[in-house]
Amino acid sequence: MTKAAFLTDATLCIGCKACEVACKEWNEVPDDGMIWTGFSYDNTQMLGASTWRHVMFLEQPAVAGPQQVDMENPFRWIFLSDVCKHCGNAGCLEACPTGAIVRTDVGSVLVQSDVCNGCGYCVVSCPFGVVDKRHPDGRAFKCTFCYDRQSAGMIPACAKACPTQSIRFGELDELREASVARVAELQGRGYTDAQVYDPLETSVGGTHAMFVILGQPDAYNLPPAPEVPTIYLKSAWTSALVSALVLVAIVCGAFLF
Amino acid sequence: MAATDIPGGPGRPKASEDRLDAIRNEASTTGKVVTGAGRAHASAPIREAEDYYNLPVLKPPTWTWEVPLYFFIGGIAGVSSVIAFVGHLFHADPPMVRVALWIAFVGTVLCPALLISDLGRPLRFLNMLRVFKWRSAMSMGSWILSSFGAAVFLAVATNELVLYGIQSPFLPALRWVGEFAGAVTGLLLASYTGVLIGATAIPVWHEHRRLLPAHFLTSGLGGSSAILEFFGFLVPATQILGFAAASGETLVGIMLELRHSRVDRPLHHGKSGWTMRIAGTLEGPIALFVRILWKGSAHGRYAAAACFLVGALCSRYAWIWAGRASAHDPQAVFESQHVAIAARKAAHRAV
Repeated sequence: MTKAAFLTDATLCIGCKACEVACKEWNEVPDDGMIWTGFSYDNTQMLGASTWRHVMFLEQPAVAGPQQVDMENPFRWIFLSDVCKHCGNAGCLEACPTGAIVRTDVGSVLVQSDVCNGCGYCVVSCPFGVVDKRHPDGRAFKCTFCYDRQSAGMIPACAKACPTQSIRFGELDELREASVARVAELQGRGYTDAQVYDPLETSVGGTHAMFVILGQPDAYNLPPAPEVPTIYLKSAWTSALVSALVLVAIVCGAFLF
Repeated sequence: MAATDIPGGPGRPKASEDRLDAIRNEASTTGKVVTGAGRAHASAPIREAEDYYNLPVLKPPTWTWEVPLYFFIGGIAGVSSVIAFVGHLFHADPPMVRVALWIAFVGTVLCPALLISDLGRPLRFLNMLRVFKWRSAMSMGSWILSSFGAAVFLAVATNELVLYGIQSPFLPALRWVGEFAGAVTGLLLASYTGVLIGATAIPVWHEHRRLLPAHFLTSGLGGSSAILEFFGFLVPATQILGFAAASGETLVGIMLELRHSRVDRPLHHGKSGWTMRIAGTLEGPIALFVRILWKGSAHGRYAAAACFLVGALCSRYAWIWAGRASAHDPQAVFESQHVAIAARKAAHRAV
């Protein structure tokens, strides 16, 4: 079975937010508030229970690459459409106590709304801050990778709507190769700080939603070294068992005294 | 999300036409891009900071007031069943063993009620027992709480039947089974909550994942013996347990106070920091000194017990609030992860 993936390219995004709109319309995601933030053109701010695509607007006093004209006041405006990473080792999936969150046949991570009971443990277990509880519904929601569309042979709504192919949808290994090739191409054209964001070296083990970005991941609110929280279990349980033994010894001592 | 809920703090000026006019004026009079305001002004055209408008990277815990209260009551109930089992084993005063069992039993009634009312879909609470997942502390917790409830019910019921005068060779044996199982699951119940929040993406929680289970167990121990004291069991055993727990919490307080990375900020600053400090002082040094100074007096022991209970309860809330503050601080995420990246690079060089 082939593994599906997104490759979202900041150097191709024009910030039109068609992906946000297409996602909302196809998935019938409710309103997530209408506010003006003043953060450039980003009035969405972050992914959430009712925001499954989020276009970021970065304003940086940096040289954009070969197109830079004004070298004294360098400026670049970067756009990037953020989405659930569909991690190789997904924190939300590991944490879910009801089995509502599953790995699908296309390799994506899916919250089954008919099973989720809204315990909220996935929310604190996602190293990317993606999944959240929706109020007043009470259940957790996030990007479904348009599992319904994929099952019907269609590509996800956001990728379909993207007018510049900034959002590419395809096979994981092919897009992983394409991301490396794209960065090499950008480097060759003078975008020296182009890089792939796909945390392969950490316990997350790579993602099914990769990004081509300019500059550091921090600037995109992408954690530089995300870890799946299950790596903390061993030391925490060890501490629990050791302290439980100490506690039993203390209680025994108290009654023997 | 309401306009007043813009992440990044209530002090951030909102973008408005007035503010934009001010920026345009400043730009035209100085002839330069307005950069001096930095992150303090949401609508400053160019930010020098390396983050994304200081918006949070992580999502804060959605848990409501029930969950920290559950941590508190679950800890007390869990350790009470340990005290009941060990007390029974060492021939402690039978009424005290009986009360300890009843404290655990009340916990087994309150805990599920609190947890279920926190769920987004309370009617689906049984979905918790659809699967058994070692790798999910929440799943383990559901099974621990369920088996604790069954074990404590068995122990209380058999104990009461024996006291009622029913003669059966099976009852004492069943009672031992219930008490032993209650003690084992009780230890897990009182400590897994530390694992539960320790094994998450929230920096201040996973940073202290080794301390949290010990901290929560100690609170459960002190809380359980404090309640036994309030029931009038002013025996040496509860005094010793009270001493041990208050000393342990004093140690925890010192360990937390010595930590000063960016990740530890919520432990020292703001609502969570001050609650943590006051609560830690109450259940640690104050409870300890009161117990030492008035160790011969019943009132002194009640006072120490009350200090410990209040401190332990407030400390559970402080930990949840600290988790919220930590999730809202993108720098805590970046700093701790850059430290990890640097360590990984150093390890590569060493090899």
